[in-house]
Amino acid sequence: MAERTFVEEVKKLRLGEGETFQGEGILAVTKALLQSGVAYVGGYQGAPISHLMDVLHDAQHILEELGVHFENNASEAAAAAMLAASVNYPLRGAVAWKSTVGTNVASDALANLASGGVTGGALIIVGEDYGDGSSIMQERTHAFAMKSQIWLLDPRPNLPSIVKAVEKGFELSEASHTPVMLELRIRACHVHGRFQTQANRSPSFTIDDALANPVRDTSRIVLPPASFQHEHEKVNTRWPAAVNFIKEHGLNETFPGDHADIGLILQGGLYNTVIRGLERLGLADTFGNSRIPLHVLNVTYPLVNDELEAFCSDKRAVLMIEEGQPDYLEQALASILRRADIDTRLHGKDVLPKAGEYNGQVMLKGLRGFLAAVAPTLLPQPEALPTPDEQAPTLPPRPPGFCTGCPERPIFTAMKLVERELGPRHVSCDIGCHLFSILPPFNIGNTTMGYGLGASAASAFHGSKGGRAISVMGDGGFWHNGLTNGVANAVYNGDDDVLLIVDNFYSAATGGQDLPSSRAENPIRRTNIPIEQAVKGVGVKWIRVIDHTYDVQRMKATLTEALTTREKGPKVIIAQSECMLNLQRREKPKVRQALKEGKRTVRQRFGVDSDTCTGDHSCIRISGCPSLSIRPNPDPLREHPVAHVDNTCVGCGLCGEAAHAAVLCPSFYRADVISHPNRWDRLLHRWRQGIIQRLQAWREKRLAPLPPSAHLSGETHA
Amino acid sequence: MPDVTTAKRPITLAIMAMGGQGGGVLSDWIVHLAESNGYLAQATSVPGVAQRTGATIYYLELFPEAEAERAGQAPVLALMPSPGDVDIVLAAEFMEAGRALERGLVTPDRTTVIASSHRVYGITEKSAMGNGILDPEPVREQLRQHAQHFIEFDMEATAHRQGSVISAVLFGALAGSHTLPFPREAFENAIRDGGIGVSASLRAFDESYQQAQDAEPHSAPSDTTSVNEATPPKAELAELVALKAEIDSRFPEPVRPVVHEGVLRLIHYQDIPYAREYLELLQLRMAGIQAHLDHSVLRELARHLALWMSYEDTIRVADLKIRCDRLARVRNEVKAEPDQIVYTAEYMHPRVEEICDTLPTGLGRWVMRTGWVRRPLARMTQRGRRISPQRLRGFLLLLTVASLRRWRRKTLRYCDERQRIIAWLAAVDRALAISPEVALEVIKAQGLVKGYGDTHRRGLASFTTVMEAFERFGEAPDAAARLHQLRDAALADEKGETLQRSVGEWKPETSMAADDSRIAVKQI
Repeated sequence: MAERTFVEEVKKLRLGEGETFQGEGILAVTKALLQSGVAYVGGYQGAPISHLMDVLHDAQHILEELGVHFENNASEAAAAAMLAASVNYPLRGAVAWKSTVGTNVASDALANLASGGVTGGALIIVGEDYGDGSSIMQERTHAFAMKSQIWLLDPRPNLPSIVKAVEKGFELSEASHTPVMLELRIRACHVHGRFQTQANRSPSFTIDDALANPVRDTSRIVLPPASFQHEHEKVNTRWPAAVNFIKEHGLNETFPGDHADIGLILQGGLYNTVIRGLERLGLADTFGNSRIPLHVLNVTYPLVNDELEAFCSDKRAVLMIEEGQPDYLEQALASILRRADIDTRLHGKDVLPKAGEYNGQVMLKGLRGFLAAVAPTLLPQPEALPTPDEQAPTLPPRPPGFCTGCPERPIFTAMKLVERELGPRHVSCDIGCHLFSILPPFNIGNTTMGYGLGASAASAFHGSKGGRAISVMGDGGFWHNGLTNGVANAVYNGDDDVLLIVDNFYSAATGGQDLPSSRAENPIRRTNIPIEQAVKGVGVKWIRVIDHTYDVQRMKATLTEALTTREKGPKVIIAQSECMLNLQRREKPKVRQALKEGKRTVRQRFGVDSDTCTGDHSCIRISGCPSLSIRPNPDPLREHPVAHVDNTCVGCGLCGEAAHAAVLCPSFYRADVISHPNRWDRLLHRWRQGIIQRLQAWREKRLAPLPPSAHLSGETHA
Repeated sequence: MPDVTTAKRPITLAIMAMGGQGGGVLSDWIVHLAESNGYLAQATSVPGVAQRTGATIYYLELFPEAEAERAGQAPVLALMPSPGDVDIVLAAEFMEAGRALERGLVTPDRTTVIASSHRVYGITEKSAMGNGILDPEPVREQLRQHAQHFIEFDMEATAHRQGSVISAVLFGALAGSHTLPFPREAFENAIRDGGIGVSASLRAFDESYQQAQDAEPHSAPSDTTSVNEATPPKAELAELVALKAEIDSRFPEPVRPVVHEGVLRLIHYQDIPYAREYLELLQLRMAGIQAHLDHSVLRELARHLALWMSYEDTIRVADLKIRCDRLARVRNEVKAEPDQIVYTAEYMHPRVEEICDTLPTGLGRWVMRTGWVRRPLARMTQRGRRISPQRLRGFLLLLTVASLRRWRRKTLRYCDERQRIIAWLAAVDRALAISPEVALEVIKAQGLVKGYGDTHRRGLASFTTVMEAFERFGEAPDAAARLHQLRDAALADEKGETLQRSVGEWKPETSMAADDSRIAVKQI
């Protein structure tokens, strides 16, 4: 069950002709797919695409009514391969993933798909995770489009444009027998806006129709001689067809301006930032009416030579605004202008940065640079920039980390304790929440090579005679490809290292989607397939399952055993505990309900005794829990802040276990708070307290009586 | 051609929050508020991995629908905040307002900053071995300078008072700041339409709305640690009165509060004679210090001596866990209602070392030396224990340990600590003869010794290294600075690597690994 439920939002997918949709970009894409008569959809989750997968999952009933098949593909490669259904049949299909990581994984299938070409419209929606807030390597999907000749749409980031891109994308795909990519930047996926809807359409040709009349055409299969033919088809037939379609349907947009001797050429996705930049220079209004002509490339591949030549021919200079590197578009434009013998001056990455996101500030500076070079009279007086004379205050870095009560944290606490005893190891990390181990306070991990590749990335160390390397893999990565690439490969190659599989019941980092090994019953998917059996099935002999990761001592002992045992072959530890975000989301409402009904409930949370805490913060360095914080020391004689557990504590027990395992200090306590105690609770409590209080009174009378001291009576200071 | 001079510009808002602070909810409220009141709203965010505890920015632009209709065109709204282009910055934590400042989003011509003054410490602030808390004052200072309006109050406290969340308080403050063209009721309706936690959110909204209107930025954090003003002892505590009089007559005024606190602590720790001993040890050094007329040296000595003399042993811990006021403090800490019952489980891990420390000196040393006794004991104490002082068994166990305090002076730990204290005081005397600055460093080195188990062992090793350094170059002209540097180095990392590097050419004689018998788990 995903982190966010879209049950409410899904209702918007039913909007009919001429109604107004208000909501998130990615939901608008889903609606556009249904309006386009899509026959099948699939993909793999990952920000910013996760919400699309979650929406589709929650929209199962609507999809069923329309006769649309929805698949949670095992990986992006699997999703891309699914588009094979559009090769022989006039089926419209769409898949989605995070790019470029997902496109990397999918590229084998994509290249095959693009080579043979498609009959039905094939649309690939890629969430371009680039720039601020991105969690992956900074690359461009553009390169994949170019190498496989897949057309790339980069629409203006408003809902009507995005919806239109989906609809036209299918048509373009069909007109040119080529798969089409729709690139959405991360903010465009999450943008809240509105558009006028149309009625949903059932696919005119369904997957049932296809299976009832199988079509076979060897000329579409990538095998010689067809594969050689495909290459010629691509450049001689499909490409011109695409260019014609783009021109005919006006997919790219040209906006006039009174300073007609210069112009801007830009990727559609950057349109809003460019307009804001011009607006701040006094060269456009809020509605996008610009005084400098704009040519907006809503299709960034292929480029339409005629359109570009026409735009540039009457201009002294143009600026190509292209985010990311290499500067494919700028190079292409230079070549177009050169061949057409048009001597318009071309600016681009000479005034704009070569790398990095083009945010508002960067864009403004780039536009200024361009104007300064070609039309300085248009520039307003430079704004008085804030004087940078003062020193910027020091701010605390806030790297992402494990959530409060995360079951993965104790695994790394144990690893850190083992490291102290057995020395540091090479740790090969994977993709997933567990990758936060590389950040403070754990600082564990050497490399990460891709989703499900944690174990594979340690392959070179198989041959070592020395200490064992440790690799980490999540359940998401395991089912994505880790079972074969990691585990089976390790068995086959006689690996002697340690593989730690973190099984938190979900694909947690992408938003808590279900997996084959999820424990929850999912109405439309089959779950509860144990990782342990899969690992056994590929021949691992040494397997340890820890079904409660919070037991740091056990975790530590198991890791130590795995690192020191004489047994050969891969050592697989499966550490299982449910993702705390999901657990809390499920359990919290139940507890709230029970409290409301006056039922006896026990809430557990942890605390730190400020009078025994000495302010060393060892506990924080081996845990890093957000609820474990610090506060000023109430003891007037001490200086360093004391540890402190705030009320967001979910009582996972790690801090206590860690205090035990690392022999830290006696300051941690677990408080069991009993609400609506029953009669027996109250009786027992009264009896116990009766005796204990008497003993306490007797004792403290015998000790030297003291005036109450602030720190000993626990009054804390702000 | 566009009339670019009189064109209406959108209202721009940036919400600076951390994952889990409800920035998304706040953003949804603002969108709903705008859309229900004749505005077009565009909101974006970059959740990604930032949703887990990292810093996140939500960005919104609002534009009057009527204006768009008049133009017959939809406005083009930006998807990210730019320096000089932000009207309102909402910060759910104080240093996050600083982050807006750092990004240049706060400009005097237009930006209203609405920030909660509370702090959520970053991981580097929390995990420092000493005090790693960053100073918020420079941020406050610059916000005051750069923001057009600056509204600041403790929103966490307001949220807590009303049983709500900080997003509701920020929303209330936004309404109270009158920076958006919507009436108060419109804001409240947005909360109602949201449908989750409505009544608590409305309460928080209401209080915050008021606070925002009369919130003046803090001058400085008003409540600093209030050093316990020596409460007049009750009449019957004749001995305490006498001690107090003694302190007043013998110690200079600025030092008295600390000495008094030290005396109280040691009575609490052991007994009145022990406190007298403390005073005597201090007085012995008064002459040397007074010669320098430097109260900070004496004050620090009084502080550190009291701390060392009240070292944390099992007796002390057991005692603190069974004090009358303890349970009340825990109940307050976990926010228990009067009708709820609270039991605690104390996580304790007495190892063979701690047990021996509590034995009479000779016996303790013998056990530590004698493998066939120590090893089985070590095995028995390998796992930690959870003890509940609210249950009879746990209480009696702790009571028994706490009662050992009458024999504390005979224990192995006392003997060890006493030797160390004497040696340290001797070093202090020697340092006093050199200069007050060097003496201050020798005194402050005591602060390195803290914690329990391995932490204590590590601290002691660092302390020993600094003391050794003092013996080596204490008379050098830059000795104080170098000692200070070593003390900082000792707090830089856990493994003591920085300290090892800092000592340079000479290696300290006592390394941590030398004390093999005290390593909890042996290398396999």
